[in-house]
Amino acid sequence: MTVHSFEEHFEEKLDKDIAIEPRDWMPDTYRKTLIRQISQHAHSEIVGMLPEGNWITRAPSLRRKAVLLAKVQDEAGHGLYLYSAAETLGVSRDELYDQLHSGKAKYSSIFNYPTLTWADMGAIGWLVDGAAIMNQVPLCRTSYGPYARAMVRVCKEESFHQRQGFEIMLTLSNGTEVQKKMAQDALNRWWWPSIMMFGPPDAESPNTEMSVRWKIKRFTNDELRQKFIDVTVEQTKILGLEVPDKDLKWNEERGHYDFGAIDWAEFWNVVKGNGPCNKERLETRKKAWEEGEWVREAAAAYAEKRKKKAGEQQAA
Amino acid sequence: MSQQTAEHKSEWPLWEVFIRSKAGLDHKHAGSLHAADAQMAIENARDVYTRRMEGVSIWVVESKYIHTSDPDESASMYEPANDKIYRHPTFYNLPDELKHM
Amino acid sequence: MIESNQLVNKATSQLSYTLQIADNALIMGHRLSEWCGHGPILEQDIALTNIALDHLGQARSLYQYAAEQFNALPAAEKEKFFVSPALQSIIATGKAMDEDDMAYLRDGWDFRNVLLVEQPNKDWAYTVVRSLCYDAFNFFFYTALQKSNDETLAAIAEKSLKEVTYHLRWSSEWAIRLGDGTEESNKRIKEAVTDRWQYTGELYTMNATDKAMQEAGIGTNLDDIKAKWQERINAVMSEAGLDIPSTGWMQHGGKEGRHTEHLGYILAELQFMQRAYPNMEW
Repeated sequence: MTVHSFEEHFEEKLDKDIAIEPRDWMPDTYRKTLIRQISQHAHSEIVGMLPEGNWITRAPSLRRKAVLLAKVQDEAGHGLYLYSAAETLGVSRDELYDQLHSGKAKYSSIFNYPTLTWADMGAIGWLVDGAAIMNQVPLCRTSYGPYARAMVRVCKEESFHQRQGFEIMLTLSNGTEVQKKMAQDALNRWWWPSIMMFGPPDAESPNTEMSVRWKIKRFTNDELRQKFIDVTVEQTKILGLEVPDKDLKWNEERGHYDFGAIDWAEFWNVVKGNGPCNKERLETRKKAWEEGEWVREAAAAYAEKRKKKAGEQQAA
Repeated sequence: MSQQTAEHKSEWPLWEVFIRSKAGLDHKHAGSLHAADAQMAIENARDVYTRRMEGVSIWVVESKYIHTSDPDESASMYEPANDKIYRHPTFYNLPDELKHM
Repeated sequence: MIESNQLVNKATSQLSYTLQIADNALIMGHRLSEWCGHGPILEQDIALTNIALDHLGQARSLYQYAAEQFNALPAAEKEKFFVSPALQSIIATGKAMDEDDMAYLRDGWDFRNVLLVEQPNKDWAYTVVRSLCYDAFNFFFYTALQKSNDETLAAIAEKSLKEVTYHLRWSSEWAIRLGDGTEESNKRIKEAVTDRWQYTGELYTMNATDKAMQEAGIGTNLDDIKAKWQERINAVMSEAGLDIPSTGWMQHGGKEGRHTEHLGYILAELQFMQRAYPNMEW
């Protein structure tokens, strides 16, 4: 087949919603886009362990502690599934780590915000995981098979994450004055960063059009953002909390909520590395990786020794 | 599969994990992971892929030992089976009164 | 009167005994949970968190049982049992104690865990050595405790043993890997064994509570466990190419509420929310 017919065959598969698998021919840019998107997603999962991981040792009850620990562990699992999906495209996990640690690769900016109170565990589960799920559910049908399969597993496991977050918020908002205040404060700090999680507006999103055509993405940033706001505002009412957006208003004609202007300058600022915790998060990841090196080497050396020994025994 | 480069020499090999979800069923591919040796691969698989009671038995195999059919040959490999519908029970027209068959 | 005194003594010993086991589980789980997000590789981050969750689950079952026992004590005994003022004020209101009160409202002198489990993680080698020593103890301890005539403890032991069997496998394999891995890993684990060895003796030393409970058919004989523990540790160490330190001084005090400085910091973190925002639902 010529490159041309390879390409036609690839496009035909996309049109028919037939998954692309690791050994299938794919355009170079498709491969690159996928590696970028999947690894960013994987990095977000493992950097995302840190803000919540902060509170594992401080969780206010044993039940909450167990839930939080299991949740942060799930994020490690999700990172692992996603790195594995990226590895099917011919890049190793260690290479992807290098890109993260050198600052070359990006991860979701939301994790560069600090977790200041226990209520942040509620707000993250409810809003951040809520936004993530909205982004991720369509990815279960993304065109690249290993990515889609990883996302099916991720989405299945994520469903408890948002529920436990909302439960924390609900308990707080039904609690004492100070607990309510804690919940509102967390909502105030996490609302806008969560809205920004859907990425820049479609008009300014350079990758969206190609990604949608390739069915790597299935909805645009703005579509998902609107959906999230519509759903979440209703949930806020159950909590009796206030969305920190004075321009928020139901638009009967559109059948959607109108919302205030998003501070994209802040978004880009955090993306560029000036968020409150960018440095800290990256340093923590680097430290864990560097301090783990001798452990990984030891296990590899031990495995090598045993293999040799087994070989010698067989020979004898 | 991924190549070990010089600077990543301590990267543990990649393994494919197959899990039997309950007795009587086949092992199914669950995903992959890194481990230094087979024993660790089984344990990592237990910790990574059976946290929600997904399995009762685990197989692991180093990814480099998996051989895959060539997708470019899929036409000659799989399409010839398409017109052999007489291999399926529904191919045969039998009277409705016929029972236990 | 004498008979009822004996009953009360038995009840308080049984409660102390339950707390010894529970506090070990909580503090061990706490230490291991500190690794979450910081492990040397994702797969092991997940593995260690599973183990932390097992310990935490054991702690919860045991605290629930301890709270139940505490709530059944005569009023005068309740007031005497704990030093911590936060618990005293709950007792004064007549409210029933729960698992969280046990974990979050006692100060160090009411904690009965062994000193070993509160020692810092430091690095992977120190973590593995602490786990190995504790897991090997736990394995034989829970095996024996399954025969306790306290049915609740026996049931918790039976369930926990399955978890602990896996923990011991994990820590033994890692000890061997590090011992027989690279020069660096060998050096590190040697140092960890040397440093932590002084905290192992307390695991199998009987205190008054252990003795009373053994006599009552509730507790286990730690002398038996000592022998089994040593045998297992010897086997693992020898496969790892590590020497057992010549038995020097062994530290004690944890089971009596006299801890190392580390426990205070653990509690400061663990209990922060309940202390800063008392009497609330979370």
